[in-house]
Amino acid sequence: MLRGFRHTLNSSRLKPGETQLLVENLHLSFGGVAALTGVSLEVRQSEIFAIIGPNGAGKTSLLNSISGLYKPQRGRITFYDGTRAHELIGKRPYQIARLGIARSFQNIELFRNMTVLDNLLAGCHVHMKSGLLSAMLYWGPAQREQIAFREFVEDIIDLLEIESIRNKKVGALAYGLQKRVELGRALAMKPAILLLDEPMAGMNSEEKEDMARFILDVNEEHGVTIVLIEHDMGVVMDISDRVAVLNFGQKIAEGTPDEIRKNPVVVQAYLGEEQAAFPFAAGAAGGPHA
Amino acid sequence: MPETLPQYLAMHAERTPNKVALRERIYGIWQPVTWKQYYEHVKYFALGLHALGLKPEDTVAIIGDNRPEWLFAELAAQSMGAKSVGIYQDSVSEEVLDIVSRSDATFVVAEDQEQVDKLIEVWPQLEGQVHKVIYYDPKGLRNYTEDYLMYFLDVEALGKEYEKEHPGLYEESVARGKASDLAILSTTSGTTSRPKLAMLTHGNLISMGKNLMAVDPMEPDDEFVSFLPLAWIGEQMSSVACALNVGFKINFPEAPETVQHDMREIGPQMVFSPPRIWESLVSQVQVKIEDTTRFKRFMYNWAMPIGYRMAETRFRKEKPSWGLKILYFLADWLVFENIKDQLGLRRLKRAYTGGAALGPDIFRFFHAMGVNLKQIYGQTEIVGIAVVHRDGDIKFQTVGLPIPETEVKIAENGEILMRSPAVMVGYYHDPEATAKAIDEEGWLHSGDAGYLDEDGHLIVIDRAKDVMTLADGTKFSPQFIENKLKFSPYIREAVVFGGDWPFVTAFINIDFANVGKWAEKHQVPYTTYTDLAQKPEVYEIIKAHVLQANADLPPAARIRRFLLLHKELDADDAELTRTRKVRRRLIARRYDDLIGALYSDARSVPVETTITYQDGRTATIRTNLRIEDVDTSD
Repeated sequence: MLRGFRHTLNSSRLKPGETQLLVENLHLSFGGVAALTGVSLEVRQSEIFAIIGPNGAGKTSLLNSISGLYKPQRGRITFYDGTRAHELIGKRPYQIARLGIARSFQNIELFRNMTVLDNLLAGCHVHMKSGLLSAMLYWGPAQREQIAFREFVEDIIDLLEIESIRNKKVGALAYGLQKRVELGRALAMKPAILLLDEPMAGMNSEEKEDMARFILDVNEEHGVTIVLIEHDMGVVMDISDRVAVLNFGQKIAEGTPDEIRKNPVVVQAYLGEEQAAFPFAAGAAGGPHA
Repeated sequence: MPETLPQYLAMHAERTPNKVALRERIYGIWQPVTWKQYYEHVKYFALGLHALGLKPEDTVAIIGDNRPEWLFAELAAQSMGAKSVGIYQDSVSEEVLDIVSRSDATFVVAEDQEQVDKLIEVWPQLEGQVHKVIYYDPKGLRNYTEDYLMYFLDVEALGKEYEKEHPGLYEESVARGKASDLAILSTTSGTTSRPKLAMLTHGNLISMGKNLMAVDPMEPDDEFVSFLPLAWIGEQMSSVACALNVGFKINFPEAPETVQHDMREIGPQMVFSPPRIWESLVSQVQVKIEDTTRFKRFMYNWAMPIGYRMAETRFRKEKPSWGLKILYFLADWLVFENIKDQLGLRRLKRAYTGGAALGPDIFRFFHAMGVNLKQIYGQTEIVGIAVVHRDGDIKFQTVGLPIPETEVKIAENGEILMRSPAVMVGYYHDPEATAKAIDEEGWLHSGDAGYLDEDGHLIVIDRAKDVMTLADGTKFSPQFIENKLKFSPYIREAVVFGGDWPFVTAFINIDFANVGKWAEKHQVPYTTYTDLAQKPEVYEIIKAHVLQANADLPPAARIRRFLLLHKELDADDAELTRTRKVRRRLIARRYDDLIGALYSDARSVPVETTITYQDGRTATIRTNLRIEDVDTSD
């Protein structure tokens, strides 16, 4: 019996550690409100890169700029696919998705009345080559393509352990499972980079633990680069390779979890927001994932 | 005739090479393995193990969910004259270490990362004894560098290479096998001590399979779904002994969560499950009926009494009247068929329950729906089954009649004794325990108390040590009272005390899912299991069910006080066996302060427990458990 994965989920041709995404001096404002002011960062192939910061720091704006939903006024976002560099600003979201930048959303964005399987197949859609007519006839290459997609999607189902809900409607599932399906849908795009916007928001600690394990599986097993926004410091400090901290639209720190924990500027930013105990003070050990 | 299990496999592979032997649902699709493929996997894996140094006196330990590779590994070990031992897949690493080291295993076949991690944890104690740990699901193991890890398919490939240099070695080794060779070591459930390893030969397993199939024949085209731990003798019995005897098909579900769905797709002809599975099916039906539309509930409430009447008529071996027949036909067609379809029991020829006693209410329930549920009795030491109900001769208070070649008698002290060709050789490395279990005449001492009724049916009271003498002098089985309680969908587990005390009391574990659902519906807010269990409203509904159970019991056996435990009894805490039987003595020792409170005037009792999470952190629960008094008058 052949087990394990027959497909790779990673479409990047870079070697681990090479620069994959370069954000330079990014400025984004809505009218008079500056969401991002001069943010620069570098994401390397096969790492887990976390973006943290207080509410309104510009984390989601940054992610939206990368995936093409927002148009920054100044700066550059460059994506390297192994053969050439692509300038992302100015591209439409679907073009960026086709380059291999997949994402999940803070609020679940799935087709609620479709099954889990159909939602995942919809994620493969960006890679579909057959035209409308041959797809309607379900003949020849179109048929072969659909079968290949289904096989690919089954690998994702296996990875995320959602066999038992394969044919259930997404709307009827528990919240934690919907989040898992959304991760699967992003994976179905065969991403080079996966952008996850608060993948664990609203989960209980058991669901968070599961999710953290799936993210690690995707990263370790398939080498997919992951950029994530997350509020649970325990999780962030546990699974990330590098962390960037945003505050009021500016990057105030970047480094390994250990460096971030000790950084006085970061401590200041968090204490300024909330007089209560500093989130890292008890150490990540206080979090549920230590 | 073949003498060993690998010889049976070779026979099927030769007679019907292209017929389906096994099926596994992978990627949502049932993928078949023919007898020829089954044979080849076993052959090459066996040769691979041989090339890696497996010797006939060795043991191969196997741990994992039910998958074809589990059977490949078992039969491969046996083909080379060695034996296998199964380990329950939810065992913690110390338990794995205990079984592996006590069974002298030189190879461990572990399913996936989860199981491999357990072995890595205890590797320092196994190094030198175990040559290789072989896994078959490579997910997550890509970056493991331990040199003793090996991939299942690589072992098979090694075997293929080995065959080129040593053609005919496998066939010769299989042909050398004798019925008296050891086939498996099987762990006993160990309600009173740590599990013992029973040595079972090919002859033991094959004679059991043959004799059971003589009573309840199966056809080669019949289907069976293998979903209970293969380390359990009951699953070995069906998936190995009976299946190789007859050649029926074994189906492996995709994941533990999909069993019900997969079972429905297959529609097996035979099911063998311990009581807890039947109990949970009843709870499921009851809860779903509560939740359904008024019309469906009406239909169910109309049909069930008809079913019960039919079942009672059949139990009394009377002919049902025409009127009842017509009503039952309608009830079956409109209601029962659909419920059975949902549960995957529609094509069933017969279903067995064994391993522990099943409450009579659950028996009646399934017979009312037309499920031919039969009690079996046996134990690991006699390959799981020695006594079974015959079709059409079912008395739910008995466990039936002995299968062919099996003798049953009652010793003077009331203990059940059995003798048959399926009785084990002895306990591995434990001649002392063996001498206690098997006497000079070959009688197996079961440790159960029982008697034979006027029709020769065996009635099992309980483990002899557990039978309690009530205040009025009558002997009573705590299990009987517990089963009465467990018929309620809201009660998952119960432990009854009373032997040394003036009256009967109980610890009760609520069923978190069902009580949780009830609480949601009745707007009772709760946070955790502990919190829910202590809600006065929950005490009220449980009390109602205790009163119901009491109504069927003689006054001296009625429960007078009970409490709802703050935590679920768990096999990881050694409170249950891996087959989920209650370890009565251990629980009594661990919670003696609670028992003390039950027999005092206290209205509540404080508890403090330390819980160890799976990641090793510990937490302490401090709470007060309420004690409820129950009126036991008629």
